[in-house]
Amino acid sequence: MSDESKIERHTIAVLVDNEAGVLARVIGLFSGRGYNIESLTVAEVDQAEHTSRITVVTVGTPMVIEQIKAQLDRLVPVHKVVDLTVETKAVEREMALIKVSGSGEKRVEALRLSDAFRARVIDTTHNSFVFEVTGAPDKIDAFIGLMRPLGLVDVSRTGVVAIARGPEAM
Amino acid sequence: MAAQELTGAEIVIKALVDQGVDTIFGYPGGAVLPIYDALFQQNKIRHILVRHEQGAVHAAEGYARSTGKPGVVLVTSGPGATNAVTGLTDALMDSIPLVCLTGQVATHLIGNDAFQECDTVGITRPCTKHNWLVNSAKELTRVMHEAFYVATNGRPGPVVIDIPKDVQFQKAEYVGPQNVVHKTYRPKVKGDVEAIKAAVDLIATAKKPIFYTGGGIINSGPLASQLLREFVKLTGFPITSTLMGLGAFPASDKQWLGMLGMHGTYEANNAMHDCDVMINIGARFDDRVTGRIDAFAPNSKKIHIDIDASSINKIIHVDVGIIGDAAHVLEDMIRIWKAKAVKIDKAALADWWKEIDGWRGRRSLDYKKSDEIIKPQYAVQRLHELTKDRDTYITTEVGQHQMWAAQHFHFEKPNHWMTSGGLGTMGYGLPAAVGVQIAHPDALVIDIAGEASVQMTMQEISTAVQFMLPIKIFILNNEYMGMVRQWQELLHGGRYSHSYSESLPDFVKLAEAYGAVGIRATKPGELDEKIRQMIDVKAPVIFDCVVDKFENCYPMIPSGAAHNEMILGDDAEGATVTEAGKMLV
Repeated sequence: MSDESKIERHTIAVLVDNEAGVLARVIGLFSGRGYNIESLTVAEVDQAEHTSRITVVTVGTPMVIEQIKAQLDRLVPVHKVVDLTVETKAVEREMALIKVSGSGEKRVEALRLSDAFRARVIDTTHNSFVFEVTGAPDKIDAFIGLMRPLGLVDVSRTGVVAIARGPEAM
Repeated sequence: MAAQELTGAEIVIKALVDQGVDTIFGYPGGAVLPIYDALFQQNKIRHILVRHEQGAVHAAEGYARSTGKPGVVLVTSGPGATNAVTGLTDALMDSIPLVCLTGQVATHLIGNDAFQECDTVGITRPCTKHNWLVNSAKELTRVMHEAFYVATNGRPGPVVIDIPKDVQFQKAEYVGPQNVVHKTYRPKVKGDVEAIKAAVDLIATAKKPIFYTGGGIINSGPLASQLLREFVKLTGFPITSTLMGLGAFPASDKQWLGMLGMHGTYEANNAMHDCDVMINIGARFDDRVTGRIDAFAPNSKKIHIDIDASSINKIIHVDVGIIGDAAHVLEDMIRIWKAKAVKIDKAALADWWKEIDGWRGRRSLDYKKSDEIIKPQYAVQRLHELTKDRDTYITTEVGQHQMWAAQHFHFEKPNHWMTSGGLGTMGYGLPAAVGVQIAHPDALVIDIAGEASVQMTMQEISTAVQFMLPIKIFILNNEYMGMVRQWQELLHGGRYSHSYSESLPDFVKLAEAYGAVGIRATKPGELDEKIRQMIDVKAPVIFDCVVDKFENCYPMIPSGAAHNEMILGDDAEGATVTEAGKMLV
């Protein structure tokens, strides 16, 4: 067994019936039992089956992570719980919309850096940009860090979505 | 021919009948009037009118726990639903199958702060196993049948169905239970065979083994108790149980060590602490049982059988976890045990028993006897002695009297002991006794109560009178919230802050005012005769047993201590609790 007191970060995918209140059940489970949510995304993934996929990034000791999975799994509308950090090598992506205001040198520098991050400009005025940037969460963190001294004014992030590599479904 | 269309209210009744329900506990109100109207026009389901919705839920719990069938509750919207919350939480903590139907304001009013509106599914989400808000009568049959399936399968628990008033009037097609299959919920009942084999191999090596069993055995059904008895006999190992599991193994058996935990016996707790192999079946390492976690059975390998995967490794790391129903796993375990022709270390086991007998010799449940004043332990002992040859069911409230009942009333059969374990709900016992008596009209049903707890739901004696339920409320009256007083004595320097019950009612007169029978005993010499009198009365009785005001409940593991650091009754003076322990409940 790994170090019991070490705090680990796990990305967990939860396939649920898209019924009223299902998200409240998941969130209530985390708050009620004192677990952490670093990010959470949810959307319907199969209209015919009415299933939604929740991707939750959480931190805790190995024992707490196991508890979180077991607790999620026993919620009645949950079809499946997969720990993408442990069971598979997963790819993780997050998208952010980032607004930078300013003019002159800083504005030019922001645009130059956005190119290095393959960010797209999706709105602009004479003294602002809105960038769309996609990538692993630390890439987005890095981009936001670079924009801060250049006039960062607003950030909107989707939270992590993740999927396992290889041919198999979850 | 097109299928018959029924109103939502009629669908509710028909689904209940098809689910085998014969009794429901409830209280009417505006948002459930159509269902009450449908109830009025049929005679298959009996409705027990309670005096408060909390009482309805506890009565349904008593019914469920004494029969193994789900209990059913019907209450109105708003305050009806919020009053039920304590009972629902109680049932969730103790894994009791309940289906609670709540009325809701009409769908077009939801969210408008309408009269007697509350967000019932929101409020009850964390205190139910699952809940539903039914938006149209079309969904109602499916939800009704799913609710029974969810409440009773896997780890049992309470569910809520919130039914808006307009849905109760709407017409829709009714579908029988055989045609409803839940989309996702498939609890695992068979244990993994490899894990069971590993458990058997581990048990075979044991030199100081112990069975530690819990409410999971009771919930699994009578077969689990039977198989447990068989396996315990087969091994010759000692067995202890949690509060919730009492009765699964007969207390008169010589392998029985008594209850474990905070107020468990010296032999049970010491055997837990010193064991080398622990076999946990259907218990959940609750904090009342484990004491200090890092000193819990420090030299043991642990096997944990539980139907709920989230119970395994939640609090205590175990070596072999088996997810499954107790009866199924025990059946496989016994089969594998026999097939392997396991030879246990008989010499080591004999030594182990010798050690246990030494602890037994400490007689940890003994107390100072008195001819002058009724000792509460003595009252429970006499109650047991005078009722043990009858079909007796015991419920309790919460506190000292509950622990004395667990220690001194010895249970031989499952489903005969109903107590609020997890939530510790004062006021549980009286309404629970109502539910038990409804299910077992000819049995002797006794609520061993405290004078503080029983006043929390005292109004349900009126229910007992109305339905001619001869329940016996046996109050160990010490005029204190005894367990609070005991903790204040031990932890707070004897400053008895608000734990004395001033202005107690005259319980004999109170009984008479309700139309029940009141009996009072104040001297040990008159106790037997008065108890016999109580048993013979074919009516509800409130028995005011006036006991020693300052008796404490021992043995006790103080908060934050280990199993082998028990305080015993005869050396309790000067007992202290660590600063860390004071922080614990």
